[in-house]
Amino acid sequence: MTVVATGGGAGGAKASGCACGSAGGCGTDHGTPLRASGTMVALTVDGVAVQVPAGTSVMRAAVEAGRSVPKLCATDSLEPFGSCRLCLVEIEGRRGYPASCTTPVEPGMRVRTQSPKLAQLRRGVMELYISDHPLDCLTCAANGDCELQDMAGAVGLREVRYGYEGANHRTAVKDRSNPYFDFDPSKCIVCSRCVRACEEIQGTHALTISGRGFASVVSPGALESFLGSECVSCGACVQACPTATLMEKSVVEAGTPDRSVVTTCAYCGVGCAFEAEMKGNEVVRMTPYKDGKANHGHSCVKGRFAWGYTTHRDRITTPMIRRSIDEPWREVSWDEAIGYAAAEFKRIQAQHGRGAVGGISSSRCTNEETYLMQKFVRAAFGNNNIDTCARVCHSPTGFGLKATLGESAGTQDFDSIDHCDVIMVIGANPTDAHPVFGSRLKRRIRQGAKLIVVDPRGIDLVRTPHVAAAHHLALRPGTNVAIVNALAHVIVTEGLVQEAYVRERCEWASFEQWRDFVAHPDRSPEATASVTGVPAETVRGAARLYATGGNAAIYYGLGVTEHSQGSTMVMGIANLAMATGNVGRPGVGVNPLRGQNNVQGSCDMGSFPHELPGYRHILDGETRALFERTWNVTLDPEPGLRIPNMLDAALDGSFKGLYLEGEDIAQSDPNTEHVTAALRRMECIVVQDLFLNETAKFAHVFLPGSSFLEKDGTFTNAERRISRVRQAVPPVAGKADWEITVALAEAMGYPMPYRHPSEIMAEIAALTPTFHGVTYERIEAHGSLQWPVNDAAPEGTPIMHRDRFVRGLGKFMVTEFVATEERVTPRFPLLLTTGRILSQYNVGAQTRRTGNVVWHDEDRLEIHPHDAEERSIKDGDRVELRSRAGVTTLRAVVTERVQPGVVYTTFHHPESGANVITTDNSDWATNCPEYKVTAVQVMPVVSASAWQERFQAFTERQEGFLPGHDHQPA
Amino acid sequence: MEIAHLCRMANQIGRFYAGQPDAAESRKAAATHLRRFWDPRMRRELVAHVEGGGAEDLDPFVREAVREHLEFLRPADTPAPASPAAGPR
Repeated sequence: MTVVATGGGAGGAKASGCACGSAGGCGTDHGTPLRASGTMVALTVDGVAVQVPAGTSVMRAAVEAGRSVPKLCATDSLEPFGSCRLCLVEIEGRRGYPASCTTPVEPGMRVRTQSPKLAQLRRGVMELYISDHPLDCLTCAANGDCELQDMAGAVGLREVRYGYEGANHRTAVKDRSNPYFDFDPSKCIVCSRCVRACEEIQGTHALTISGRGFASVVSPGALESFLGSECVSCGACVQACPTATLMEKSVVEAGTPDRSVVTTCAYCGVGCAFEAEMKGNEVVRMTPYKDGKANHGHSCVKGRFAWGYTTHRDRITTPMIRRSIDEPWREVSWDEAIGYAAAEFKRIQAQHGRGAVGGISSSRCTNEETYLMQKFVRAAFGNNNIDTCARVCHSPTGFGLKATLGESAGTQDFDSIDHCDVIMVIGANPTDAHPVFGSRLKRRIRQGAKLIVVDPRGIDLVRTPHVAAAHHLALRPGTNVAIVNALAHVIVTEGLVQEAYVRERCEWASFEQWRDFVAHPDRSPEATASVTGVPAETVRGAARLYATGGNAAIYYGLGVTEHSQGSTMVMGIANLAMATGNVGRPGVGVNPLRGQNNVQGSCDMGSFPHELPGYRHILDGETRALFERTWNVTLDPEPGLRIPNMLDAALDGSFKGLYLEGEDIAQSDPNTEHVTAALRRMECIVVQDLFLNETAKFAHVFLPGSSFLEKDGTFTNAERRISRVRQAVPPVAGKADWEITVALAEAMGYPMPYRHPSEIMAEIAALTPTFHGVTYERIEAHGSLQWPVNDAAPEGTPIMHRDRFVRGLGKFMVTEFVATEERVTPRFPLLLTTGRILSQYNVGAQTRRTGNVVWHDEDRLEIHPHDAEERSIKDGDRVELRSRAGVTTLRAVVTERVQPGVVYTTFHHPESGANVITTDNSDWATNCPEYKVTAVQVMPVVSASAWQERFQAFTERQEGFLPGHDHQPA
Repeated sequence: MEIAHLCRMANQIGRFYAGQPDAAESRKAAATHLRRFWDPRMRRELVAHVEGGGAEDLDPFVREAVREHLEFLRPADTPAPASPAAGPR
């Protein structure tokens, strides 16, 4: 029999069999990476015939043949290194004993993996390793999970002739500085797997081997501590370490896990697959799942380590109610809490009309939960006042891409980046906000792809080890559309349009209108340079590179959408891609990087007030009739209120009740004082969450929700990949989130008799053409599926718009630049822009309750040295940040990362009040807030702002209202 | 709802469509946008504002677009408060 290694192959969850498509079996370490080659090479290993792709190592071929070769420095996530000398083999006709990891296969090779001589050599190698290794295996944290231990057994090492008294490293001191893992150099065998993981997988280059020979040691930075070095705590080194040298503190404390569940991370839109490794119902560690198609075994500090919030003492685990927000909370049964909420919603609707209540779901919810939430609002409330947090992040993406390409989603899978020649990153900071994708992007750049960065700030990608942008368009915040028009101007006027592509695939008339529009001299880089602040030559260089550099892909983030012209900019990006023929194959496309794990999914599930699942408008009678038949209700045919409209309507007195699941608008939404004023006007606010978040301080009913570890469902990531969220532990408060919504619906008089989230998915699939082929069984079989999944694409759709655009012909849109109304004046001379940092996530409700605070325990204001000096501000000074909306204070970081005239902050800590400053100006099409541009003044101060003092007092009072606290008198 | 805020949002919508090539089509597109994305209570107030005559705070393009498509934008009569809200048919 000949074993044929196909590699890649169909994926699958661990339980359903091997996903690697190889004879080695799932979870097997093949020693060296899979090689892609059309040419197969035939050889024999211990007499077993095997065929592998050309370029494969002898080590990997041996695994494919069902043999295993001992190894220490080799692992299939890293390129072979050939340092441990344990994987020696014999090859017929060759002299010596080559290392199988660094020896490529050749046709007709005859390999022997075992012989008396090989055994002797390997024992000799192991003997040397063990002579300088502590023999505390029984009390070692890696006991039972140590490759050194395994190899000592595998090679039959029985004695160490040299003794243990010679020079050694056994007294080397542990570095315990990282909050999540320890570094114990006494156990290090200097295999360099950690160093190579940091280089090849993560791309941070924080680790090196310092010294030579016997003095070689792993060194973070220049012999710094892990915490003090450039290390970003992604965990790749810990994952790669074969011994207990790099070890999770949680495993040191709890011991090795004994069961695991494959699930999907609940942080950003990359949607990494993880194995939740457990003992009983306690999670011991989260390890990135090698067969996860979004992350291929990589992780970041948040998903890998920052899950401690799920068991944090702040979690509320009992339902609570109160009549007024000036009263203490009262713990009640689920029935009482749900009955009270339903009675209040019914009362409000009877008194103030059917449209006086609504719901807001979150991109932290599963598809099944967001689907249920919109169904609840449309069927049980009888209106369309349902919105989701994508309103404030990627709603312009849906609008802009639907108008131009025909589908409200990104065009590619993440693997597409391996085929890119030019990568344009606009208004996104992947190494902080989408770190696992950021690492892949950096790897592609190291392989030779060219990078264009369009961002007001000098993000890490502009210049970081072994990565540098060919062009950085450091534009003034708020001038995106002027820049995209200038790029288009160059492409059109320099004859760089792919005319054949446009003629075949796009509406020619729309192209002509757009071409004439952008070709106008007013839109040239030279004419717009004074507005954008970007030198014309830089724009021209970037446009030429994008249009002529080969496969060119655009990746963008909230720096595109969160503007008054967010939707216009999305259309502008689609125009560029269509004009240059960069849609419809690997390596190209228009790729929104979604902020939260399920932004794509929550949008797909009909969470916007104007559309039903699958992006079908509520005005469309046929679609409405389909849902009316299935749901057995009459649907309101009018679009409902969006989040900002709900708040305006609350202040107006026509909106009185709100049900929020997983969303914290009092912190995340702009113009905080406006938001909280609106919340105070409402009569019944129901918050379903893990913690008493900022919005819950204004709530009347608290329904304790469950973390991602506690529930079943699916998330859909930025590449439209539907992955399973699998319950690892039971819900802390007794009910999964979908069960809470079902209970509330029943109390409202609308039964929803589901028994499991899979039944909700079955309903979604039945009602939504792009999901027709989705079932939990099929996700199980494939590992994950990228929609559309239907009869036309039963295996899913990694790349969209292949032969034609979803809308038929692509439509060019004329994108006139309209300056934002948020302008600088002598009173507000600076522009504030906002963003995220690696270690914290959005409002911080999760990450602030983890060890991640060691990296970022407060939000800081970045200010350019020139602006700082003008205001006598020194690094670390407290400064007042004032806009037309409000005033807060922060400590300053003086840095050239921001340009003169621009200041920047993050929004992870509520007391910082970043959103006290942002205004209610918004995208014209979707009301997505203009978080990225606020005119401000910055001045040194000594004390907190009046808002911060009020916030502090209010927070203390509300926390006092929690059961177990002595509440203060009103 | 605060009419100044509604007018501001309507003007922002108008500035996108005013930039499109065909003027009559653009007015229709702006009105369609309002019809498709604005809750009835928002449209009702905007329509009343334009019908009230003033509407100086609206850009001429938007004013014209709303005037031209008044009936299209005017919501049907508010349904009486239902109790229970919708319930099975």
